[in-house]
Amino acid sequence: MPMLTRLANPARFMRASSTALPWLGALATGVIAVGLVWGLVFAPPDYQQGESVRIMFVHVPSAWMAMSAYLFIAVASGVALVWRHPLADIAAQAAAPVGAGFTAVCLASGSLWGRPMWGAWWVWDARLTSVLVLFFLYLGYIALVNAFDDRTRGARAGSLLALVGVVNLPIIKFSVDWWNTLHQPASVLRLGAPTIALSMLLPLLVMALGFMLLFGWLVLLRMRAALNERKAHALRLYGQLAAGEPRLPMAPPVADVAARAALR
Amino acid sequence: MTRKQRRLLAVVAGLSLFGASVAMVLAAFSSDLVFFYSPSGLIARDIAPGHRIRIGGIVERHTVVREDDGKTVAFRITDGKTNIAVTYTGILPDLFREGQGVVAEGELLPDGIFAASTILAKHDAKYMPPEVAEELKKTGHWTEGSVPAGRPYVMPAAVR
Amino acid sequence: MLHVTHWLAMGGYAEYVWSAYGVAALVLGGLAVHSWRWHRASSDVLDRLQHRTGRDE
Repeated sequence: MPMLTRLANPARFMRASSTALPWLGALATGVIAVGLVWGLVFAPPDYQQGESVRIMFVHVPSAWMAMSAYLFIAVASGVALVWRHPLADIAAQAAAPVGAGFTAVCLASGSLWGRPMWGAWWVWDARLTSVLVLFFLYLGYIALVNAFDDRTRGARAGSLLALVGVVNLPIIKFSVDWWNTLHQPASVLRLGAPTIALSMLLPLLVMALGFMLLFGWLVLLRMRAALNERKAHALRLYGQLAAGEPRLPMAPPVADVAARAALR
Repeated sequence: MTRKQRRLLAVVAGLSLFGASVAMVLAAFSSDLVFFYSPSGLIARDIAPGHRIRIGGIVERHTVVREDDGKTVAFRITDGKTNIAVTYTGILPDLFREGQGVVAEGELLPDGIFAASTILAKHDAKYMPPEVAEELKKTGHWTEGSVPAGRPYVMPAAVR
Repeated sequence: MLHVTHWLAMGGYAEYVWSAYGVAALVLGGLAVHSWRWHRASSDVLDRLQHRTGRDE
């Protein structure tokens, strides 16, 4: 926690993330490459599903990331709402498109897996429906954050939506236990031993690690880009003030004060 | 109380209230959130013939009969207590097997036979290479497929 | 050559398996390219502005 609060300073965050960025990017690429070769070439086919089981190596890790990214956004939103930390909003907003992307991959790959195995591209069972709701929550969050001219109001509305939507996470996770669904129950994240052979579990975990690293890299990139833009915006306002130009019509006086404060 | 603590309290209280209300709604609509009925659940519910429903369970072993046309198939779906005879004409999903989970969508005919228009296969959530499955069967460590198709459906008291 | 085509066929599930991996590559690759470009463009703009206002940090 002390490390987190230290990094929560934007200037310090920019310095630390610029060192971490190339390492994270290289590591993510490397781990995903290993996972791909392992999953597509070396992992065995399944005794029932044959080669189609290889879809699991993108479907399951993207499902895990779809939920983890949402949890990340919700925690960051809570921090932003309660402690009003500027980096928390930036982190939540940076993670949203990434989480939405993982959810889209999860839905699409699941559909492509369901067609040959179950006999349907899509069914409205509790698991599939709740994941589709998760996808719409991501889209709603992104739309809401950008719907306001005033950035702080957009961020606050988005944070509230993100927190409210968190009830969907246990529903997704336990839908397969609480109700009859077509989707099978968990094979890895369950009480008791995984019901998946080690030769398939290992490449699955490698891919999951790779997707986690990719998520970290993408979120850092997007956070840095957003911070750069805010700083550039503040600099422009400062330049206009210094040159004695009238204030931008859109910018409220508070923004000018904030701009000067950011440059101090 | 500081403003931060007040905000924290508001967020936590709001979320718990919201979470509790969602949980109550889900509990109330629990029977409608079910994708299929088990054969026992179906009989307990006394569904009128001609109503489109889904039933799910295990394809009972040694009951699958294929007609000469190559497309029509008859079998029984069981949940261990009750079973229902099903007929279906069409292409079966690749996971359809005796002893495996299945969901049939269709209607109950007056003679008690379920005429399915769609057959969906349910996966048992077990993944292993074919050699391992062979080995398990040979050494007698095979536990029958079949993490049953979901848990047996229990009728909520309100509906019963 | 024979086992490459055999591998590509994915036991008859080629269209499903390769489409799933294709969608993943498209979406995640697209996100990576977008994030990378946005980061570089925003850094460039900021550098130019800082140069003009004579502030270096």
